Amino acid sequence: MALLAIAFYVLAAVTVASAFAVVSARNPVHSVLFLILSFFSAAGLFVLLGAEFLAMLLVVVYVGAVAVLFLFVVMMLDVDFAQLRQGFARYMPLGGLVAGVLAVEMIVVSASVATHGAAGRNDAAFVATDVTNAESIGRVLYTDYVYFFQAAGLVLLVAMIGAIVLTLRHKPGVRRQVIADQVARNPRTGMRVVAIKSGEGIGE
Amino acid sequence: MTIGLHHYLAVAAILFTIGVFGIFVNRKNVIVILMSIELILLAVNINLVAFSVYLHNVVGQIFAMFVLTVAAAEAAVGLAILVTFFRNRGDIAVDDASMMKG
Repeated sequence: MALLAIAFYVLAAVTVASAFAVVSARNPVHSVLFLILSFFSAAGLFVLLGAEFLAMLLVVVYVGAVAVLFLFVVMMLDVDFAQLRQGFARYMPLGGLVAGVLAVEMIVVSASVATHGAAGRNDAAFVATDVTNAESIGRVLYTDYVYFFQAAGLVLLVAMIGAIVLTLRHKPGVRRQVIADQVARNPRTGMRVVAIKSGEGIGE
Repeated sequence: MTIGLHHYLAVAAILFTIGVFGIFVNRKNVIVILMSIELILLAVNINLVAFSVYLHNVVGQIFAMFVLTVAAAEAAVGLAILVTFFRNRGDIAVDDASMMKG
């Protein structure tokens, strides 16, 4: 049990510290790398909680896709990031004040919820059952929540089409294939019969 | 030394606060704002999973999956808008993003 506590404190400390580094790093590339670290240690917290499937999903989706997308965009855009940071010191006191008040409130509320609320009755985190975490998720997800699952797929499809439509651009000088023109071609428009006199060849 | 629900809730609360703080202090940098939003959604996910485990109800984890889906979609569309904005303006300062103002 002590090992579990040590693992929790290490993972939580790494998560929080790297999250703070995300918002305070000078270089956005470092921010993205710290975001990856933060998500990775949050996945470790999920494993500690017993939600292995979601932990692996977090690693695959965030570290594998979203963070790499961020990295691509940060490296692709040629922006003067030092100039974007100039308001940092000015907004620091107000932001720190709001963040501090918010943190204290949320921690107090969550402590009382954890001890007095609906969750206060249950103290055992790990339920020994014969089904794995992935199986128990699948049993509920594909039965009760199947329409929501399909809707989530639709959201992803719309996002994908939206991202493509937003970023796709046609260069003006490039000839593109027009299938309608190709299909509409017939012998009359596509072919010309020329009578050639012997020994002269085709003019023009 | 036992780790209870409120430990996880406290971590999520701190993470959420850091996200809000990041939006406050990086008001010009859209990329860091998007990353702060991702941090906020991660905090929400930690809350959902912690409650799901301690209440012995798997629905919270399914909800966390949906949050993950929406977060991925939001990141993709947000970054696409950012790239388009950069192409049009040559800059990503949010303060100047008032082209739609009448």
